[in-house]
Amino acid sequence: MEQLRSIHEFGQFQERLRAERNVTMSTLVIPAGTCGQASGANGLVRIAKRELLGRKLTDRIQLRITGCHGFCEMEPSVLIEPRGTFYPKVDLSGMVRIIDAVARNQVIQDLLLVDSVSGTAIERQADIPFFKKQARALLSKNEKVDPIRIHDYIENRGYASMARVLAEMKPEQVVEEVKASGLRGRGGAGFPTGSKWEMLAKQPNHRDKFIICNADEGDPGAYMDRSVLEGNPHCIIEGMIIGAYATGATRGVLYVRNEYPLAIKHLIIALRQARELGLLGHQILGTDFSFDMDLVRGAGAFVCGEETALIRSIEGKMGEPHQRPPYPVQRGIDGKPTLVNNVETWANIPLLFELGAEKFTQVGSKKNAGTKIFSLVGKIKNTGLVEVPMGMTIGEIVYGIGGGPSTSAPIKAVQTGGPSGGCIPASKFDLPIDYESLKESGSIMGSGGMIVMDENTCMIDVAKYFMKFLKDESCGKCFTCRKGTQRMYEILDDIAMGRGTPVQLDLLEELASIVKDTTMCGLGQTASNPVLSTLRYFREEYLEHIEHHRCPAHVCKALITYSVNEKCTGCGLCRRSCPSEAITGEKKKPHQIDTSKCTKCDVCRSVCKFDAVTVV
Amino acid sequence: MNGVPVSVEEGMTVLEAARFLGFPIPTLCHMDGLTPYGACRLCVVEIGEGEKAKLVSSCTYPVEEGLHLRTASSRVIKARKMILELLLASCPQSKTIQDLASAHAINQQRFRQEHEDCILCGRCVRMCEEQMAAKAIGFRGRGEKRSLGTPFDKNSEVCRQCGGCIYVCPACELRCTYTTPEQVICGGCQNISPPCIEKETFDDMMCYMAPCVACEIKKD
Repeated sequence: MEQLRSIHEFGQFQERLRAERNVTMSTLVIPAGTCGQASGANGLVRIAKRELLGRKLTDRIQLRITGCHGFCEMEPSVLIEPRGTFYPKVDLSGMVRIIDAVARNQVIQDLLLVDSVSGTAIERQADIPFFKKQARALLSKNEKVDPIRIHDYIENRGYASMARVLAEMKPEQVVEEVKASGLRGRGGAGFPTGSKWEMLAKQPNHRDKFIICNADEGDPGAYMDRSVLEGNPHCIIEGMIIGAYATGATRGVLYVRNEYPLAIKHLIIALRQARELGLLGHQILGTDFSFDMDLVRGAGAFVCGEETALIRSIEGKMGEPHQRPPYPVQRGIDGKPTLVNNVETWANIPLLFELGAEKFTQVGSKKNAGTKIFSLVGKIKNTGLVEVPMGMTIGEIVYGIGGGPSTSAPIKAVQTGGPSGGCIPASKFDLPIDYESLKESGSIMGSGGMIVMDENTCMIDVAKYFMKFLKDESCGKCFTCRKGTQRMYEILDDIAMGRGTPVQLDLLEELASIVKDTTMCGLGQTASNPVLSTLRYFREEYLEHIEHHRCPAHVCKALITYSVNEKCTGCGLCRRSCPSEAITGEKKKPHQIDTSKCTKCDVCRSVCKFDAVTVV
Repeated sequence: MNGVPVSVEEGMTVLEAARFLGFPIPTLCHMDGLTPYGACRLCVVEIGEGEKAKLVSSCTYPVEEGLHLRTASSRVIKARKMILELLLASCPQSKTIQDLASAHAINQQRFRQEHEDCILCGRCVRMCEEQMAAKAIGFRGRGEKRSLGTPFDKNSEVCRQCGGCIYVCPACELRCTYTTPEQVICGGCQNISPPCIEKETFDDMMCYMAPCVACEIKKD
């Protein structure tokens, strides 16, 4: 690729790509992010290539392999542009039929998505309720771009914001624009991005300044950043170049967790292509501005998502947070001024400059501008990534976009913010999603994980799960965090096993609030949130476990018993399926479960066709 | 500080300032001559006002212009008591911890009793690195699995057997092994309600000191 040596040359290059694009030719768009590949998208890609080449259709049908589009429940899916036809859960034979239909400009009715409410098939993606109610400012770009082809990105107005900023704006103006937009950090704390940039810009310019992209997404169940890293790595690079120009940063670092190999691969390719074209590196697009960045891989620690621990990890030391002040903006990597922002924050920057600060504020709510990507998972019909304007209510997301519960059991609560967040009960689903409301109700926005729970989820089990995670991931420096999480887990385990006492419940609450107060870093300070919020809204479940040794959701294994009821026909299926050989009975006669051998694995209840296994 | 307007040298930490002015703040992982670490959290003080009030470790917090802080507010005292309770639940045999506990009138311990030798305060690591310039021991592992030792647990080539690490350790320094009331050093064990008395709560308990002092007293 020829290096572009001026902003003017870049503009012409972009214009040429846009003019050459054939917008009327049909395109098969196959999302092949990590989740897409796991569900079989690679097979579809293989068939597409085989059919298109074998049947000589390449002059009539294009193929675009992209990152995740967000509707993970329906993957592997295929999108047909420009018509917008959406085919969910496509298998290999279905793929052949689809290519055939596209070649003849037809739609296959029996392969379309059937709306669960109306019962009718929906053809266009834009009409599907899951997509219709979102505000897909960032995720829609994933559909248009093949992440390893920089030309796709440039064709879709990529790097235009950067070119405009370098050509027309001074660094102070860039900072002012970000401040005016009201963009807040998407990593969880929601600190105003413009103010952070201003702080770094004010630091002296005579030595190195760093900007870091925090891609250590560690929350269990959160994969929003992964979809942007895999599907559209260039928007992050562009955002960081603009950020470096605004603040005077000399070097950038992309800190990506090692558990995202596809993201790392795509970022390495993207960086190389950007450098080749002259969009990154020495004298970008022929201006005096030089900036480059390195990729640093994480080593498997959740605590390294905390900014001071992240900086230590980059320096090559053990990931341990340290006291702030001094803040990273004053003393960061090797003691030099450093700014840390989340992936989604950086991804919003090119968009901000494309729209302008004023238009950017028009999406979202007061003090919470823009959109946020959430990973909607759990007991929900439409699992996937959803991008919504800030201020949309939880109920709208869970029912309007998520489609409601995945089983017949009603939804009980939603956990936001991962292990640092708390649960919000169904009675509060009219709360808008913004930083302040969520904090008031005992949770946090966090990085955007949203786990939906129904009546069959035990809140003690949930608190125990998160506490185990935090206990394992605590760095161990602060005594209160290390011992506190251990002891809280111990007490929750006692309660789940039926050994809990009322004294322990009070002790749990006291310990939780002291761990929150005294620990130095965010991990410890928010470690108590799962416990405190489940105690606040679901105290009766705790009391059931302690006083009556019962688990109302039938989850805690030590407190439940399996038995066969009168519906049993003696078919023997459970007897044959039981891994512990705990079920006995003669053919066509009611069976029994030996509770001393039963391990509560739930296989018998799930295989029984007569609903004859009861759990109490 | 505590409502009294004070002025100290720039560059001091809050703990140094408090000690200079005579306000007592308990510490465990802090030691004069070693860089502050902030691991034990005992030295927390409350700064800020109203909703923004929070607890920070005074050994690592630098003094600032206009800072308002309280060294013994109820929030601070509650925190210290719980931290000491947790310390006793892990490392009851350390005299330093027993003394601190009795000074704060801790008379209960509601957790499952453990008997660890190390509270991971890091004094030995800092002693070895900063004062003895050997850097033979360090931290490994994370969370529960965090421990102290030499790299790969091999005999250290740089260790000069100076004994500095043992000297500064609060867990093994002057370990109180006396079990009769007349001989006890600090009297702390007389203030703790031993777990054997509360057998209903934890029945897989083992009393560390045999014969136990509390049992001796009860006999009378």
